[in-house]
Amino acid sequence: MAELSEPQTMRSWRVSTLANPTAFMRLSGKLLPWLIALTLILFAVGLTMAFLAPPDYQQGETVKIMYVHVPAAWLSMACYSVIALSSAGYLIWRHPLADVSAKAAAPIGAVFTLLALVTGSLWGKPMWGAYWVWDARLTSVLILFFLYLGLIALRQAIDEPGRAGRAAAILALIGAVNIPIIKYSVNWWNTLHQPASVIRADGPTIAPSLLWPLLIMALAFTILFVVLHLKAMRAEVLRRRCDAMIAVHVRGDAAQDRAGGEAVSHV
Amino acid sequence: MFDLGPHAGFIWLSYAAAALCILGLVLWVWTDERTQRRRLADLERRGLRRRSSQQNQDKP
Amino acid sequence: MKAFLALIERDLRLALRQGSAIGTALGFYLIAVSIIPLGLGPDLALLSRIAPGILWISFLLSAVLSVDALFQEDRDDGSLDALAIGPLPSELIAVSKSLSHWLTTCVPLIIITPLAGLLLNIELNAVPKLLASLAAGTVGISFIAGAGAALTLGLRRGALLLPLLILPLFAPFLIFGVGAMAEAPGAFVQSILFLSALSLFSIAAMPFAAALALRLSLE
Repeated sequence: MAELSEPQTMRSWRVSTLANPTAFMRLSGKLLPWLIALTLILFAVGLTMAFLAPPDYQQGETVKIMYVHVPAAWLSMACYSVIALSSAGYLIWRHPLADVSAKAAAPIGAVFTLLALVTGSLWGKPMWGAYWVWDARLTSVLILFFLYLGLIALRQAIDEPGRAGRAAAILALIGAVNIPIIKYSVNWWNTLHQPASVIRADGPTIAPSLLWPLLIMALAFTILFVVLHLKAMRAEVLRRRCDAMIAVHVRGDAAQDRAGGEAVSHV
Repeated sequence: MFDLGPHAGFIWLSYAAAALCILGLVLWVWTDERTQRRRLADLERRGLRRRSSQQNQDKP
Repeated sequence: MKAFLALIERDLRLALRQGSAIGTALGFYLIAVSIIPLGLGPDLALLSRIAPGILWISFLLSAVLSVDALFQEDRDDGSLDALAIGPLPSELIAVSKSLSHWLTTCVPLIIITPLAGLLLNIELNAVPKLLASLAAGTVGISFIAGAGAALTLGLRRGALLLPLLILPLFAPFLIFGVGAMAEAPGAFVQSILFLSALSLFSIAAMPFAAALALRLSLE
């Protein structure tokens, strides 16, 4: 684990300044109240618009499920992008915060992916008559869910945090490279097995009266993700601080025993 | 409340699932930060120091 | 180059000497294929229709379960450390290991596939297409499996974790592997092309990931 440096005054917005965990804690602490307020406002507006929106001429009111399903699916992809970018940053520059970002995002992404699957399934039943239809999008999201699980499982399986972070980063990048391939092949597979009349989950085109609530809800979910991610990162930074302190203490004790009572710890 | 048509149950279930997921995440993330803060305060109380301040202490 | 070939030759010879490794993979493949009719019923028409899928899936499972040993044995007896300080860069070690896996596991499985297909009443004119799709796709699978094995090297529950990590990555191979047998015009050519592209891409990209992972686990 990289060392924690003394707090720096923020002279400029250089990346290296932002990479400082202490600066990050301060920045995020200032940003969060505003972001939380924004999230609440957006959800209030979005939900109101969603429930006031007219029913779809084809699907009736069940189109309202779109307002949670589509943002959740969009977030599951966006979150993975965050993980992929953070992982690349960690492997290339060894930013400790990059590892924190990737680690914090994975469970959040997994939950949103699960939500996308559940809401997709609940949408599917009234629309297509079955709780699970192997349509291209749902199948891709299912595979994405397994990728998330793999990331979390790999991190948990490795005890040494440095190796865990880098192994997870490698896996994240392997997955990232494969996601377009997977989506393309699942699409191909789906059109191969489905008759010509493909039912698109959001109808031929989205009417503006349905589009605006969707955009607001998507924005609300996105800002919510930012809030959750920042909070999770803060907790992880604190956790690593604690672990580092304990490690220093343990080493100090060992040195003390070796030096026969002199309270010196050369770290 | 509103008339959400014949499939209202699915709609409510979806929103309930979303609320559950979001609440779960919020709870997890908030309590995690609180736990870590408490752990940190506890360690600091017990006299452990971060590496940098310990070095300062050892200087004559 | 000589070192690279020497490494492959060594792995091949080891695999042949311990015939049990190849034998186990073959045995598992056949058992997996045999178990499925027990679960589905002996309806020959049904089995014939889904035979390519069953064979591909059993293949993937056999490949995944056999790749664990790829690095583990070398790690256990210290050869991996010796290799690491040797002349070969880690990327080439990864390439050689993945190639060895393909030669010692996938190729025997491919050879025995027509026999396994007989168990499933596979259509005879589907067999060449199936073998072609396996030949085109399994190289990529060995390389992805190699990267996965390097990532999970030495982990306690590595044997369970490895399939979870790499089976999702096998999805495109499976899709196009079975798609080669599809009725649609041009499906065969499209599938083979895509499988070959996937394999080439894996050969090019996976060794870098595997090398990083190997260096990670040897630190």
